[in-house]
Amino acid sequence: MTAAGPLPVTVVGGYLGAGKTTLVNSLLRQANGRRLAIMVNEFGALPIDASLVEAADERIVSLVGGCVCCSYGEDLVSSLTMLEALEPRPDHVLLEASGVAFPGAIAGTVGLLQGFALDGAVVLADAETVRGRADDRYLGSTVRRQLAEADLILLNKCDLAGDADEVEAWLGEAAPDARLLRTTRAEAPIDIVLGAWTGRAALPPAGGPFDHTHGYATAALDPPAGAEPEALARILADPAHGLLRAKGFMRRSGGGMAAIQTVGSRWTVSDAPADAPAGLVCIGLEEQTDFAALRRAIGCP
Amino acid sequence: MTATIYPAARIVTMNPARPHATHVAVREGRILGAGTLEELAGWGDYRLDRRFADKVLMPGLVEGHSHVMEGSLWAYVYCGFFDRMDPEGRVWAGLKSIDAVVERLAEAAGALEDPAAPLAGWSLDAIYYGGRRVNRHDLDRVSEERAVGVLNASGHILNVNTKALELAGLLRAGVNHPGIPLGADGLPTGEMKGPDAMAPLGVHTGFDRDLLACDEPGLRRFASLCVRTGVTTAADLANLLPEDAVEMMLRVTGEPDYPARIVSLRRFYGLTPEELIDRALELRGRSRDRLRLGIIKVVADGSIQGFSARLRWPGYYNGAPEGLWYVPPEHLLEIYERALAAGLQVHTHTNGDEATDLALDCMESALRKHPAPDHRFTLQHCQLADAAQFRRIRALGLCVNLFPNHHFYWGDQHYAVTVGPERAERMNACATALREGVPLAIHSDAPVTPLGPLFTAWCAVNRRTASGRTLGEHERIGVADALRTITLGAAWTLGLDGEVGSIETGKRADFAVLEDDPETVGGERLKDVRVWGTVQGGRIFRAADLQP
Repeated sequence: MTAAGPLPVTVVGGYLGAGKTTLVNSLLRQANGRRLAIMVNEFGALPIDASLVEAADERIVSLVGGCVCCSYGEDLVSSLTMLEALEPRPDHVLLEASGVAFPGAIAGTVGLLQGFALDGAVVLADAETVRGRADDRYLGSTVRRQLAEADLILLNKCDLAGDADEVEAWLGEAAPDARLLRTTRAEAPIDIVLGAWTGRAALPPAGGPFDHTHGYATAALDPPAGAEPEALARILADPAHGLLRAKGFMRRSGGGMAAIQTVGSRWTVSDAPADAPAGLVCIGLEEQTDFAALRRAIGCP
Repeated sequence: MTATIYPAARIVTMNPARPHATHVAVREGRILGAGTLEELAGWGDYRLDRRFADKVLMPGLVEGHSHVMEGSLWAYVYCGFFDRMDPEGRVWAGLKSIDAVVERLAEAAGALEDPAAPLAGWSLDAIYYGGRRVNRHDLDRVSEERAVGVLNASGHILNVNTKALELAGLLRAGVNHPGIPLGADGLPTGEMKGPDAMAPLGVHTGFDRDLLACDEPGLRRFASLCVRTGVTTAADLANLLPEDAVEMMLRVTGEPDYPARIVSLRRFYGLTPEELIDRALELRGRSRDRLRLGIIKVVADGSIQGFSARLRWPGYYNGAPEGLWYVPPEHLLEIYERALAAGLQVHTHTNGDEATDLALDCMESALRKHPAPDHRFTLQHCQLADAAQFRRIRALGLCVNLFPNHHFYWGDQHYAVTVGPERAERMNACATALREGVPLAIHSDAPVTPLGPLFTAWCAVNRRTASGRTLGEHERIGVADALRTITLGAAWTLGLDGEVGSIETGKRADFAVLEDDPETVGGERLKDVRVWGTVQGGRIFRAADLQP
């Protein structure tokens, strides 16, 4: 076993045409050495960027950089198990849901499986059409529930929509628990979508990987001594602070290291290797995140 | 070539021009005619075969919606509340208590050599055990060493024992999932509700994930059930038809003694609508007499008893949230348009009335683009359709295949819990469908309920629930209509009414050979009509002679 810890899984949801596949392709291009495994409901519907495909067989498509894509059909569990057994093991699984599936239900199943850790549910919304869909006689309740079950909503095609501000305000009510990120062509930093600075890899330096012209702000925090990881995680996930993601390690007061991870309002705390470097990295939208207030809230030195 | 003429006690032809006959003549697997011996002798040389002289012949029964998986499931232990006949003709007594379920499973476990092999059962009906839920401790009495899993009759709950939870890593506190109830000890009770909760356990309890794809022993056993129930043509309504399954099915059904005609529909899954059409056209070209391919199946919503059907306002009687779409509306519309353009037929599963509305809206729009005079698109289940919907169905030229078996098995629950009294009484509105002129079939959806068109006909005639309530007097149909529906009616929905479904000149020599006369036993006793066997394509299959 070269890989340690459960395999993180991110569920990607959203109705037809919202940009799920575009997001997948964008993440693959940003993978930069990370081995992503993409699970799709069906191969037929997925035009993976042809330049990313290295080889294909019946169940698995090999992509550049050690990434793979597999069709899970109706057998989510055995497909996940198969991916987990691959050598080398993928670093992260992206599970693309069908257009009418509920990401929360899929996330619930992933959460039950041994050897996997749910990273979060990312739901794409087409800024041009999402409100119309949400009022559609047949689709309305499905689309609303998809949004409400998101940890992170990518409000996509913002370049095409005239009233993205209005849509964003509406989403604030339709999906009060989700954090929102505006995108065009589903372009979003992989570190935000997947929290993908994984395993023992070094944490990204604060202010480093993200160009501030995109409006993201990052900060490195030193967790105060004696704080409980669970209590800290709850604060980091509190909507009041507007963080998109937080991740890092801290020493438990009782000894041993804990890993903290948040995506939107979802947080997890798990055991971490003894040599994990203490420290937290937080990512938020520049205009929504007040790191000074956050530092005060968690009692940073 | 010599014909064979069979005299029978009575021949019910379903041909209104001569509804009854004393003799039927068969040559080259087809019907020369039905009439008197004198009339039939005019066809030339014949041999008189008196073996059916005391039997009643009907057209071979047509099951318009079943799954060959019914044959495969018998590899697992039957745990149902009602008596049920297996493919070998053995009637397994219904289990009237949790203890009886445990006892039957324990007996099966005792017969397994490998102490670690999982044990799987099916068709558990916990609702009949006085409100007490089946839990893992019950199934621990079957075995503590091996994983045990029992699928609920509705297919929506999997009950497992402690060992199975342990293997899946779920015997722990803190499991937080809406489909997994916890006991007083904070551990899962062993009831896994809904596909999301069931999925992690299936592999540990021995349920073969390829089961639905149709396996060879299952296909053979399914055909045995057909013979025992008088069925000569059966629709296998939702197959993914991967290439190896198609080849296997062509080979097995092509064997000289395979006794049934299987109409296997390609379910929409894993392909784009465009690819689906191409595949269906290709499959259609490979059809043989006993394996008909090329019809498309689309599932629009879930099931009523699973609360996943899409219901219109005011939704479920018990307040459960609206159900699930299984297909995006755009895909349904695109499939309809492409299929109409290509001359392919589509059957659509719509359980809830909102799903039926969606199918009708898509159909209306698709027909405007591609008018088709005889498309025979069929709504399957269509359980909650009201009179206005049936009128629209008629106007759009659609057929329906309704599900009266539901009244018997779940009618009491529909009345009390799922849709409430008023809609329960109009569910599967066979009489309304006929009154509005909608082409009608009725079905078992085996293995959801047992294969047996005469039982299904009894359900449509009596609308009796398991507790004895008549669920909607107004929607009962007569025996003659019911018998026509399980022959010509179902054949029409499969595009086979010119070939099968009645006993008349030129049609396939497909007969249900019966010991009793369904026209005269009375509606109350339709389900008790004894089946001797079948004649399929002129070949004779006696149920008592079937090889296991």
